[in-house]
Amino acid sequence: MHDFAIALPEIFLAVAAMALLMIGVFQKPGSDMGLVSWLGVLSLAVALVLVVTGEGDSVSFAGLFVVDSFARFAKVLILIGSAAAIVLSQGFVRREGMNRFEYPVLILIATLGMLMMVSANDLISLYMGIELQSLPLYVLAAFKRDSTRTTEAGLKYFVLGALSSGMLLYGCSMIYGFTGSTTFGDIANVMQGQDKAGIGLVIGIVFLSAGLAFKVSAVPFHMWTPDVYEGAPSPVTAFFATAPKVAALAMFLRAMLEPFGGMEADWRQIIWLISVLSMLLGAFAAIGQHNIKRLMAYSSIGHVGYALVGLTAATSEGVRGVLVYLTIYLVMNIGTFACILAMRRGDRMVESIDDLRGLAKTHKGMAMALAIFMFSLAGVPPLAGFFGKFYVFMAAINAGLYYLAVIGVLASVVGAFYYLRIIKIMYFDEPTEPLSKPIGVELGALMAITAFLTAAFFVVPGILVDGAAVAAGSLFP
Amino acid sequence: MFAFPLLSIVTFAPLVGALIILLFVRGDDADAQKNVRWGALFAATGTFLLSLIIWGRFEYGTADLQMVEEVDWIGTGINYRMGIDGISLPLVLLTTFLMPLCILASWEAIKVRVKEYMIAFLLMETLMIGVFCAQDLLLFYLFFEAGLIPMFLIIGIWGGGRRIYASFKFFLYTLLGSVLMLLAILWIYFDAGTTSIPALTAQAIDPDKAIPANIQGWLWLAFFASFAVKMPMWPVHTWLPDAHVEAPTAGSVILAGVLLKMGGYGFIRFSLPMFPIASMDFAPLVFGLSVIAVIYTSLVALVQEDMKKLIAYSSVAHMGFVTIGLFTFNVQGIEGAMFVMLAHGLISGALFLCVGVVYDRLHTREIARYGGLVERMPRYAFIFMLMTMASVGLPGTAGFVGEFLAIVGAFEANTWVALLMTTGVILGAAYALLLYRRVVFGKLEKEDLKAMTDLSPREILIFAPIAVAVIWLGVYPSSFLDIMEPSITYLVEHHNAAIALDAAMQPAGAETLGAAKH
Repeated sequence: MHDFAIALPEIFLAVAAMALLMIGVFQKPGSDMGLVSWLGVLSLAVALVLVVTGEGDSVSFAGLFVVDSFARFAKVLILIGSAAAIVLSQGFVRREGMNRFEYPVLILIATLGMLMMVSANDLISLYMGIELQSLPLYVLAAFKRDSTRTTEAGLKYFVLGALSSGMLLYGCSMIYGFTGSTTFGDIANVMQGQDKAGIGLVIGIVFLSAGLAFKVSAVPFHMWTPDVYEGAPSPVTAFFATAPKVAALAMFLRAMLEPFGGMEADWRQIIWLISVLSMLLGAFAAIGQHNIKRLMAYSSIGHVGYALVGLTAATSEGVRGVLVYLTIYLVMNIGTFACILAMRRGDRMVESIDDLRGLAKTHKGMAMALAIFMFSLAGVPPLAGFFGKFYVFMAAINAGLYYLAVIGVLASVVGAFYYLRIIKIMYFDEPTEPLSKPIGVELGALMAITAFLTAAFFVVPGILVDGAAVAAGSLFP
Repeated sequence: MFAFPLLSIVTFAPLVGALIILLFVRGDDADAQKNVRWGALFAATGTFLLSLIIWGRFEYGTADLQMVEEVDWIGTGINYRMGIDGISLPLVLLTTFLMPLCILASWEAIKVRVKEYMIAFLLMETLMIGVFCAQDLLLFYLFFEAGLIPMFLIIGIWGGGRRIYASFKFFLYTLLGSVLMLLAILWIYFDAGTTSIPALTAQAIDPDKAIPANIQGWLWLAFFASFAVKMPMWPVHTWLPDAHVEAPTAGSVILAGVLLKMGGYGFIRFSLPMFPIASMDFAPLVFGLSVIAVIYTSLVALVQEDMKKLIAYSSVAHMGFVTIGLFTFNVQGIEGAMFVMLAHGLISGALFLCVGVVYDRLHTREIARYGGLVERMPRYAFIFMLMTMASVGLPGTAGFVGEFLAIVGAFEANTWVALLMTTGVILGAAYALLLYRRVVFGKLEKEDLKAMTDLSPREILIFAPIAVAVIWLGVYPSSFLDIMEPSITYLVEHHNAAIALDAAMQPAGAETLGAAKH
């Protein structure tokens, strides 16, 4: 008996996406995408309500699909991220000739894929979720099809994405071959009582984690990130940096901890290395960047490294840390990209860090918001970003991963340099050619909300942390 | 029982002032600037008066935490916990006392972005008071680190020529030091399940819970990395001269007056009581570094050509006295260290203000550009003389009491250290008097100096309270020593108990090992 009710948010979103497609098609040719966009945001909001009101842990569709508080937590973040991405892009798509109704629909379909990813309880459904998410993303990356930079980004993303999917599938087939199942629970049962995984299974895990590492853009599978972030249209970059990141990391957690939770000794070193390399590369490579989107790409690589610290710990505390981290990361990135999307002179978007020169004199509010995000991304207390790092490092210390923690905090000091550089350019330098005003109601509102959340998080951190702890508990029955 | 949260009110009063300025003062014209200045002065003065209430309600003769406030915060052992004892109170008073003076000192010197400047200062005040009142490790860390943000902006926006270099160096240096402390805090939290400072202090003399000596060593080093940078101790002091020279006058006053004290406060609040064994083991290291600091940086100060840089190096030397005093583990030494911190906060603050006075008029800090100021500025010469003498440690001023006690303490602990320290006192007299002679005495030859005006009423208003305080501390030190004494005596007893406990556990451990063999 299949319980369709537990997949209600996904079913609703699929239907909504198709309906919006129809609305878009039957609109007058050349009409504005505003209606479809706001309906898309509305559908995401409804899906959010459906996710939140769902209760209990259940598995359905022959063990392919699971809903537990972990999935629910991740889904809430994904839906918020996607909705914010649609809101963020309104001004941009109109100015830049991307005003087509497919844009919000593609985001909706990608979001559906992400929801599948975090609810996947089987390697097959995991792969399906990934592909359902990835294909719209490839299209989105190349959405501004008359720009060579954008199409290059789309193509690059597609080719490398296909490669990583191949690796992932190869890993899945190895795992299936050596355990006889693709369902997470069955794999875990097969492994029960064995103190060490065979070499074949380990190879399978390595390929699986390589594929997953590509999706979260962790070093050494990060190469696509800077080019795609820089090349893709800015609102698409904003989307890439938020919801898909959350989905991929949440899936990474489940795919490592549920089937292979008992044998973390076999895979911890892989994640350890990926995490350390990501933190270091994110910190050092961003120093020399001049394009703010490229800088945010390296920043995101670094942040994935910090999030993976929690996975390396492989404890419920670690998962809690990752979830807290992801939530805060999502909020900070929505805010930062709202600022990036507000960087324009007349109708022309600008992306160089130097264009922010003297922002504190020309756009006081925006400069203050961006400064809050930068200090927070750097992890300076009492801003939210500090608490993200605090909880993952707490998990690392409790798991005895002292070297990882020390390397991590040292990398965060190096990383602080480039975040400070942006603040320096905004506050210490004199304005040369000021950016245009006004920044727009949607962007201003998003900036204000996210900046407030980032700055005031320390007053009541308990709400989020307790929620994350409950969610993390469901991965550790 | 619901008590009046006096400490929180004092801590957050400046923040409320800053928010009011942020939200209600519009525009950047002369009127708005005037409102901002008066608003900030009002907030800072109000905070000072409130902090006097703390003093009034402070109960002498007990080492217990007072006016404790506790509210659930992050849960599971990490709470919002405030409290005050004889070690915190003087430093809180120092902070609230200096703050209105800083705002007065910036009255005319700061002309651009006045609103942001005053907000940054008031924010800074909240964070500094918070550091001294926090009785929870994480809360402390939050206040401690958050202070980097406003200070970074103060140096970077309103600083001198190399302000950007100085602000980055300040930020990254101190951040690097503190992140290791964060890991140590996490370890302690993991080990003890709480971050309450009193609970952790009590744990050091609990045979069941005391942290083993080898782990204490690592934790001590992690905390040391943070406090040594903040203090600053040789050889990690190099951020200080840069930051001091480039910061605006009031920024230097806050840096020297209060921020440096956070390092010393950290040692006395965490390193000594929580890791007593490690503190004892590492005392020779601290002595060595401090003695180098006292002598070497005094020599460096002798050859400086920039007035602020000279005072900055003298700060490093004075902080050397503090660290020596702290690690003597006797009442005199620690009292001396505390007193040096208080006195140095006032005196070096006043010296930076003295530099600020002539800098505002001539816009240079080069010593050689001055000379013979006494002819045109007698009142200034008098104040500068008083502060120089206090810095040298003239009996009857605040500087003397602290240095004397610290040296007495050091003599008890280690004669050689005391001997080398006194060398530092002599060198201190040399550079301070040299500075005074070159700036104030001599012939008034330079043309532009002849147009210098003496202290304005506003400047007199800034210096008068400090001068009174410096003499008060020098003539009647008991009014502050009495506050500290019970807490420090308790600290020393606590330390001895922990050492005795460790000694008692050693042979016991060896016996059980021996028993297991048989």
